[in-house]
Amino acid sequence: MNHDEAFQQFLLRMGDNTLILGHRVSEWCGHAPVLEEDIALANTALDLIGQTQMWLGLAGEVKGGKSADDLAFLRDAWDFRNVLLVEVPNGDFGRTLMRQFLFDAWHSIMLGRLMTSSDDRVAAIAAKASKEVTYHLERSGDTVVGLGDGTEESHARMQEALDYLWPYVGEMFISDEVDTTIVAAGIAPNPTDLRDEYYALVERILTLATLTIPESRFAHKGGRDGRMHTEHLGHLLTQMQWLQRAYPGASW
Amino acid sequence: MQHFSTDTIWEWLDAVPDPEIPVISVVDLGIVRNVRWDAGALVVTVTPTYSGCPATSVISMDIETALHDHGIGDVRIETSISPAWTTDWLSEKGRAKLEEFGIAPPQAAGGPERCPRCGSKAVEKVSQFGSTPCKAHWRCADCLEPFDYFKCI
Repeated sequence: MNHDEAFQQFLLRMGDNTLILGHRVSEWCGHAPVLEEDIALANTALDLIGQTQMWLGLAGEVKGGKSADDLAFLRDAWDFRNVLLVEVPNGDFGRTLMRQFLFDAWHSIMLGRLMTSSDDRVAAIAAKASKEVTYHLERSGDTVVGLGDGTEESHARMQEALDYLWPYVGEMFISDEVDTTIVAAGIAPNPTDLRDEYYALVERILTLATLTIPESRFAHKGGRDGRMHTEHLGHLLTQMQWLQRAYPGASW
Repeated sequence: MQHFSTDTIWEWLDAVPDPEIPVISVVDLGIVRNVRWDAGALVVTVTPTYSGCPATSVISMDIETALHDHGIGDVRIETSISPAWTTDWLSEKGRAKLEEFGIAPPQAAGGPERCPRCGSKAVEKVSQFGSTPCKAHWRCADCLEPFDYFKCI
C-alpha cells in the first residue's frame, strides 16, 4: 500500500470514529435522564463533530478536493472506517456512558501519541482534540465509577453494558497493512502498542466502579478496515445523510 | 486606501463582543492570534476555542463586519489550530469582566476560586459541562445560586 493511500485511510479511521460516535451521542439530545446530563452529552457530541471536521477536512485535502461534508454525507457504509464500538446503538444511559468511557480511554492515549506525529497537521489536530478528550475521559470515567459503584440497579446495568461492549474493545488494537505503512512514516503509533496502557487505565477505573472485566478475549472486527460493519451503521447513515441524499447540495 | 496601523485594528477588534459571552471581547478571549496587512488585504488569524464551537463562524463574521464598518473592504479571516487555544490567553480585563458578569474565571486548580456572586469559597460542581462548550456548571453552597465556571484548558 502506498503512503498516500495509507495516510488517507488513517485519517478516515480517526474522523469516522469521531463522526459516528458524535452522531450517536447527539441522539441523546433532549432525551437524557436529567438536564445536566443532556447538556454534557450534547457538548461531548459537539466536540467530536468539531474534531471530525478537522480529521475529515484533512482526509479530503489528501484525497484531492473533497470537503469534510462530502466525506461525511456522501459515502456509503462500506466506505466508513470507524471501529464497530462507536456504531452500536446507545441502549440505556449506562451503556452509552460505558461505550463513551471505553472509547475515551483509547482516544486519549491515541491522541497523546499523535501529538508527536511526524506530520505537523496530524500533531496540531491531536493537540487541539486532546484537551477536549482529556475532559471527556474525566467525565465518562467519573460517571462509570458513580453508576458502577452505585445502587444495585445501576451496578447491574453497568455490568451488563460492560459485558455487551467488551467484545468490541479488541478491534482498537489490531494492526494491519495501513498501520504498518503509517507507523513506518512516523505518523502514528502501532495500535497494538497502546494495548497495555489502555488495559491498565481501564482496569483501574473499572475496579473502582466495582465492575468485572469479562474474561473472553473474543473481538468483533471489520469496522476500521471496512470489511464488515454491523447492520446498525446503515440505519445510522440513513438518518444522518438523508437530507443530502434527498436534496443534493442543499445548504443553509 | 489608507492603511490603519495594526495597533488601531487590535483596538477595534477589542470592541467586538464574543457572541455567547458579550461582556468580553474576542481579543479578551484570546482567539485573535494575529493581525497583518497583506498588500491591500487585512488578514486576521483566528483560533477556535473548542473545535466544535458553533460560535466560531459567527465570530469570524462579526470581525469582518466590524472591520468593514471601519472602512476596510478587503478582510481575510484565516483559521489556525496550532498552538491550540488555552484559557491562559484570556486577558486580565476579560477575567475581571467574566466574574463581574457572574461567570467564575478559569483557575489552574481546575475549579472556581469563589462564587462570583457572594464570594464564598464553598462551591461545588454540578456538572463538568455547561451552557456552552467553554463552561462548566457549579453551585454555591452559601448563597445557593448556580453559576457558570469558565473551564480551564
